[in-house]
Formats: sequence, structure tokens, C-alpha cells
Amino acid sequence: MRLIEAIRSALSAIMANALRSLLTMLGIVIGVAAVIAMVAIGSGARNLVDRQIRSLGANLAIITPGNVTQGGARLGAGAASSLTDDDAQAIKNEIDGVIAAAPFVQGGTQVVAGGNNWATRIYGIDNDWFEAREWDVAVGRNFDPEEIRRGDIVVILGQTVARNLFGEDDPIDQTVRVRNVPFRVIGVMAPKGQSAFGQDQDDVIFVPLDAGRRRVIGRNYAKDGSVGSIFVKFAREEEIEPGIELITRLLQQRHRIVGDQEDDFSIRNLTEIANTASASANTLSMLLAAVAAVSLLVGGIGIMNIMLVSVTERTREIGLRLAVGARPRDILSQFLIEATTLSTIGGILGIALGATVAYFVAQLAGWPSLISSEAIAVAVGFSALVGIFFGFYPAQRAAKLDPIEALRRE
Amino acid sequence: MALIETRGLRRVYDLDGGRVVALDHVDLDVAQGDFVAVMGPSGSGKSTFMNLIGCLDRPTEGHYRLADTAVEKLDADGLAALRNRQIGFVFQQFNLLPRVDAIGNVELPMVYAGVDRRARHERALSALERVGLAGRAHHRPMQLSGGQQQRVAIARALVNRPSLLLADEPTGALDSRTAEEILALFQELNREGVTIVLVTHDADVGRHARRLIRFRDGRVIEDIRQQPLEARREEALT
Repeated sequence: MRLIEAIRSALSAIMANALRSLLTMLGIVIGVAAVIAMVAIGSGARNLVDRQIRSLGANLAIITPGNVTQGGARLGAGAASSLTDDDAQAIKNEIDGVIAAAPFVQGGTQVVAGGNNWATRIYGIDNDWFEAREWDVAVGRNFDPEEIRRGDIVVILGQTVARNLFGEDDPIDQTVRVRNVPFRVIGVMAPKGQSAFGQDQDDVIFVPLDAGRRRVIGRNYAKDGSVGSIFVKFAREEEIEPGIELITRLLQQRHRIVGDQEDDFSIRNLTEIANTASASANTLSMLLAAVAAVSLLVGGIGIMNIMLVSVTERTREIGLRLAVGARPRDILSQFLIEATTLSTIGGILGIALGATVAYFVAQLAGWPSLISSEAIAVAVGFSALVGIFFGFYPAQRAAKLDPIEALRRE
Repeated sequence: MALIETRGLRRVYDLDGGRVVALDHVDLDVAQGDFVAVMGPSGSGKSTFMNLIGCLDRPTEGHYRLADTAVEKLDADGLAALRNRQIGFVFQQFNLLPRVDAIGNVELPMVYAGVDRRARHERALSALERVGLAGRAHHRPMQLSGGQQQRVAIARALVNRPSLLLADEPTGALDSRTAEEILALFQELNREGVTIVLVTHDADVGRHARRLIRFRDGRVIEDIRQQPLEARREEALT
């Protein structure tokens, strides 16, 4: 019997007991829905993490000043200005696996160019910054080492700032004023887009560290050579944890922290922060995988059960088919196709349900909903396999029936 | 050359209570074009005989040739192919597929013979025409009377042009008037050359055949030629 006819006849058998068939499919529907949702949520979360890592730069740790206590009041993290250029240089020189240590200062400011002005964030940086953040200029150049050393009043604009101050014009060699200091524009950064937290990362300007410290941001960095924070970039992910240990010890030494004195800095592994999100997504995925496995198993058993009932109910039909010339393997394939059709329909319904669930979870979690065609193919394949696996025993029972017995059965 | 040839046909069942000899050394020939009634009380072996010549079962001992094929040597697939091409079955309970319309039921043997859709449809329609049911092709069994259902079953039995029509109590579930109609149809088919073996316990039905074989205790006890009783054709045959 040809496949299309077999499927058509299977569909008519399924439709003859529509409600029963639907209830039988339910396990498969839930199982496949869980698979689809699992894959979608898993890849959505991975996508989010990738985006975070991409926008920060990979294998990055950040060192921030610790809190200070003034007259019994603890002022919170970052209040101290305990980190210096030299700390960054020492980290870069002495810690294995560190490929960039970028000290920086930051603040908010108004920038003016001609008749336009714009409120933005200003960063004082050195050239390690570009490497650490995996972010470079698109137009013009970045700072040369002399400019960094002297703290020249040159500036690199973020895309958003360049657009707002100069529109379509070329900003290179133009002058922008920051707190009345005229900076010469030497470059424009490549666009970076939104951060994982929704900030516009292109709304920013960069100046050499010393220029920022002395001329613009000043107030928090009174102590000579002190910086706000330091980005540390490692060559490989597995070097981050041991590297942080070594940096901690190095900075304790340099800052003369002994015994149980509190550290005046703290180090965070940014990759880890991103990984936390992926870990919770993984937990959800595991849970869904368990639901999927159990549902597919239960669904498969349901199909086996209903197919056994169907074989019993249709014993005479089987006997007749054998009498008019069906071979045992024709009967086997008829019931296998019926079971597979049943489970595949369940699979298709499950994809619809799973896509809906994934969509709402994605909306809730704020990451893109990703229903991949691979996931759909896997889900359909899985449900068909369940049908074949659990349909085989009933189908074999049908094929092994003795035609005489089967015809006699009431 | 006889269509059916059995030599020393023996069928023994191994049951819990011991061995039961259902059929004991049956030697029979049925010629092409004959109309044979097989009779006997229940337990006489007539059903076993029918299952054997219908290729639904294999003999414990002995030989059976159907249309020159040694049946006892065939495996399950070979038996299926032989049933498909050489035998048309008509059952007491019609055994139509309830979800399928008349023409679909008639097409069934051709599905397993691998006939393509269009040829199947045409041949099924002409078989239905042959039994006077062309107008009911798309009715389901539930929408047909008992006699009409049995005629659909006869159309199904004929559609692969088998050499043998094997009927097991074909009138057992019908009232006497309808039974007459079915028997008239059998006689008509037989006159056109279809070989028919009809198993019944009803002497009135047996009288319509040309030859009557009586079984008892697994053996043939009577084998006579007779003047067949002509079935009365009712007018309501459509």
C-alpha cells in the first residue's frame, strides 16, 4: 500500500475517534512543547549572554575602589580613590595571562561644538581600553602614546555624540569644548549599540586619561595618578579566576593591606555576571528537558495503549485485510503509520504550544524569542520516533494475528 | 486439470485436551466452473476445509494445489499473494470496513495487489455495477441493507478476478427473501464461469449448488451431483 494512501487511511482512523485521539496526543503535545520552549529559551538566554559579553568584551574583570569609612560612616563601594595608574601598570607587567589593564576615570559633562551642545559621559582612558573592550575607532585614529603620556586635549567621539554635534559633517579636526577646554576631535568610535541593560553605549566621549583627570573630571581624582576603575582583560577564560587571586594579592601588597584589614578595592569577574544569567536559563532548560522527557514517555505509553485498544477493536478488520491479500508486513506498516501519524500530529500541535510559551517567556525575560527550524525538525522527528517506537509492539501484535482467529472474533 | 486438488489433506489441532483431528485424509477435486456446496454439522470439518482451501491455514499433512500452485509449500507472504489473486471471500457477517464507502471496500483487494488508483476506481465501479449497486458506490455499510452489504462484499470478492469464490454461510445473516437474491446472484456468476465453493449448514442453501459434498468427523461422507434449485429472482434488485 502506498504511503500517501496509508496516511490518508490512518487519518480517517484517527478522525473516527477524534476525542480519544486528541487525548492520546496530549502527552506528545506537552512533551514537544517543552522541547520547543526549552530550545528557544536556552538559545535566547545564550544569545543574551553572548550579547553581554560581546558588548563588554570577553574575559574581562573590573577592579573598583573599595568603600571608605569617614567618621564612622561607610561611604560604599567606589567611594575611595585608592587605585592608580601604577596599579594598572603593575598588574599588566606582573600577572600572567593579562593582556590589557585599562585604568579609566569617568564623569558626566556637557559638550559644545559650534551652536550645538549635548550631555554625555566622558571617559579618561589609555590605549589599553580599546583592547580590553574590543572596541575601536571607525573614523580617524586612536590616541598615540605621546598624547596619552602628555594628557593632550584631543577627543574621540562616540557615534551618538558625533551625530548630535556634527550631523552629517565630518567631525575630524573640529573642536569640541568640554568645560571650556577646547578638545580637537581625532576619531569617531565604531557603533556599539545598546548595552545588555539598555543604555546607549555610543553616547560617550573619550579623552586621554590625564586630560580627563586634570582638566575635566578632576574632583574625585585629587590624589595624583589615581583612577576610577581598571578593566583587566585576560587571554583565556580559565585564567580569570586564578588571575583575580593574584591581582588581589598584588594590590594588597601595593596598598599595604595586612592581616584582617579590609581591602580598599574589589574585583568582579564580568564573564561570571553574564554566566549567571545563562546558569538560570540552564536551570529552566533542564527543568523543561525533564518535563519533555517524562511527557514524551507518558505520551508514548498513551499511544501504545490506544493502539493496543485499536488493534483489539479492529481485529475483524485485520482478519479481513489478511483474507483479501494483505501480508503481515502490510498490517504492521498500517498500524505503525497510524501510530506515527498520531504522534506527529501531536508533535505539530506541540510546536504551536511550545512556540507560544517560548514567546511569552521571551517577552517576560526580555530576550529575543528564537524558534529555530532545527528545533522544529528535532521536535517533529522526536514525536515521529516516539510513534514508531511505541507503535511497534501493537503493530506487531496486529501483524501476527491469525486470519482465521481474527475473522471469527466478535 | 482441476482448479482445486487435495490429496490426503489432514489437519490436526494440538489443544489443551489433546490432539483433535479436524480433517482426516481428504481427497477432493473441484473442476473449473463448478458450483460446490460444502455441508455438514458443526465440528464436521467443513470450516477447517474451507480455511485450508482458502489458503488461510496450512495442512498438517497432505497436498493441496490451487490453480496449479502447491499451497503447502508457501510462506505467509506467498499465501497472502495467492489469497489476493486467486480467491474471493464472502463471509456471513459481510466484514465490510465500516468507515469506508462501498467503492472503497471493493477497492481493498486491489490496494494490496498494487493496482493504481484510477484503474482501481474503474474496476471497483464495474464490479459494483455487476452486483447491481452502481448507484450506492458512495454509501457506507451502515447506510446499506444487509443484502446490499453482502452484494458489496461479493463485488469485493470478484474485483481481482479470482479463480475461486469462497463463500462461508453467505446467507446466514439475511432474511430468506434476500438470501434467495444472493443465491440467484451466485448462480448467475457461476453460469458466467466463476467457480464457487459455498460452505453452509442449511440444506435449502445447499440445494442451489450443482455438486454437494457432505462432511462428518473430518471426512467426506457424501459427494453427489444434483440438479440445482433455481433461485427465484425478485424484482427489487437495485
